[in-house]
Amino acid sequence: MRAIICVTGRDSVGIIAAVSAVCASCGANIVDINQSVLKDFFTMVMLVEIDRLTLPFPEFSGKLSSLGSERGLDIHTMHEDIFNSMHRI
Amino acid sequence: MLNIEDIIETVNMIRDENLDIRTITMGISLFDCVSDDPDRFAGRIYDKITRTASRLVPCGEELETLYGIPIINKRIAVTPISLLGGSLGPDAYLKAAKAMDRAAKEIGVNFIGGFGALVQKGSTKGADALLSVLPEALSETELVCSSVNVASTKAGINMDAVARMGRIIRETAYLTRDRESIGCAKLVVFANVPQDNPFMAGAFHGFGEPECCVNVGVSGPGVVANAVARAGNCDFSTLADVIKKTAFKITRMGQLMAHEASKRLGVPYGIVDLSLAPTPAQGDSVARILEGMGLEICGAAGTTAALALLNDAVKKGGVMASSHVGGLSGAFIPVSEDAGMIEAVEKNALSLEKLEAMTAVCSVGLDMIAIPGDTPEDVICGIIADEISIGVANNKTTAVRLIPAYGRKEGDSVSFGGLLGHAPVMRVPGASPAAFIARGGRIPAPIHSLRN
Repeated sequence: MRAIICVTGRDSVGIIAAVSAVCASCGANIVDINQSVLKDFFTMVMLVEIDRLTLPFPEFSGKLSSLGSERGLDIHTMHEDIFNSMHRI
Repeated sequence: MLNIEDIIETVNMIRDENLDIRTITMGISLFDCVSDDPDRFAGRIYDKITRTASRLVPCGEELETLYGIPIINKRIAVTPISLLGGSLGPDAYLKAAKAMDRAAKEIGVNFIGGFGALVQKGSTKGADALLSVLPEALSETELVCSSVNVASTKAGINMDAVARMGRIIRETAYLTRDRESIGCAKLVVFANVPQDNPFMAGAFHGFGEPECCVNVGVSGPGVVANAVARAGNCDFSTLADVIKKTAFKITRMGQLMAHEASKRLGVPYGIVDLSLAPTPAQGDSVARILEGMGLEICGAAGTTAALALLNDAVKKGGVMASSHVGGLSGAFIPVSEDAGMIEAVEKNALSLEKLEAMTAVCSVGLDMIAIPGDTPEDVICGIIADEISIGVANNKTTAVRLIPAYGRKEGDSVSFGGLLGHAPVMRVPGASPAAFIARGGRIPAPIHSLRN
């Protein structure tokens, strides 16, 4: 199973490092990253494998949300299928 | 990897535009609960519901977390109870309603539908018994919803049933007078009722349905309103395309959830209902979509045309996104549940008559409309008959959910709380249809019912 982590907010140093650190500590393997900064607005979409998570998915998703709250970012973690079904025929 | 813009679009739909799954409704057949003993009858109903739906709420919550999509309601629809207790008396039906209420509370759903009857051609002993305790049942339970089908294009309109529903609505309003007559918010009178509708208060599990299945109702007026706003000043063909594409995306999400819920619960998936269901929250209004198309306010001349375009485009976009479409499928216009509708009524831009015209081109009907508590019974019956005849003549579903709010008069406001919202009390026609309603009998089916 794969999940997509979508991070948006004001740019600052170390966003990718912080998100990656949570992924690594929870056993989520990063498969792909797409990131851009437009007028100080940071956007990142990260594709991760979640088959070997060391904790239940809701807790993983909760950790990322808390990280978002701490750093003033919006972080949404969702199953990849939601995007596949919505945007691919 | 997916396109980053598509991903951001989806996240924005959920985060900023109130996109959600409005309901996952499990339909459960209760035909095996029939008994000649009232207590055994009620006990079997309770046991069957709690046993079959025990995993429904946890499953909905798992899907919410995994997919990041809010699933607002988890609900139960059962076989119309009137079909099950023909050999029993009214007391047994009251016990059955209370058993449904207890079961719904036990499994944690927020409504249970099916305490109703289909009487489009006439009433059976079971239907009579159920209708005789309906006001009591609605006042003595919290989560039980009822629908009564009084007409169909094939059968015509059972005007005796219409007259009876006028009395039942008045009595229900009186019995729940200490709670803003909320009992009436749980009671819908239908023409051409769909048997697989997942939305309340009209949901029930029809007699052609499987033993158990899940039906999903999608929503997303906010998403459509924003798409219409982004489309800017385009012509109608372009506007319809924008709505179709948006409806497609919303429905695909509903289809995925229906599929996943079915897999996890181990029951077949029935249908996805392609409805735009508003809530009182800001940014979740069907009226705002119509205004976004260029109307000064919902209710202005042009509103019916705008709604017809919206309703058609939602269906066209949604139908390819789902393998089985059913239920009501269309735009809902419940007054108390839509911030834009409430505002339009408060500004005297939207009348009962305009709402009636609008129901000719969208799903459902006169929905969640508060009227003065002293509205005579025959006027309520006349409003029902008018609305129901629109459905019968046009071969579509129409419904009436009126709340004659006890002790309230035109211009007052009643508040039901939560998803049911609040409603300004609307003006009703003053002239009496009493002699018309008193004729009784059936209005014959229209000529186009003979399609074979």
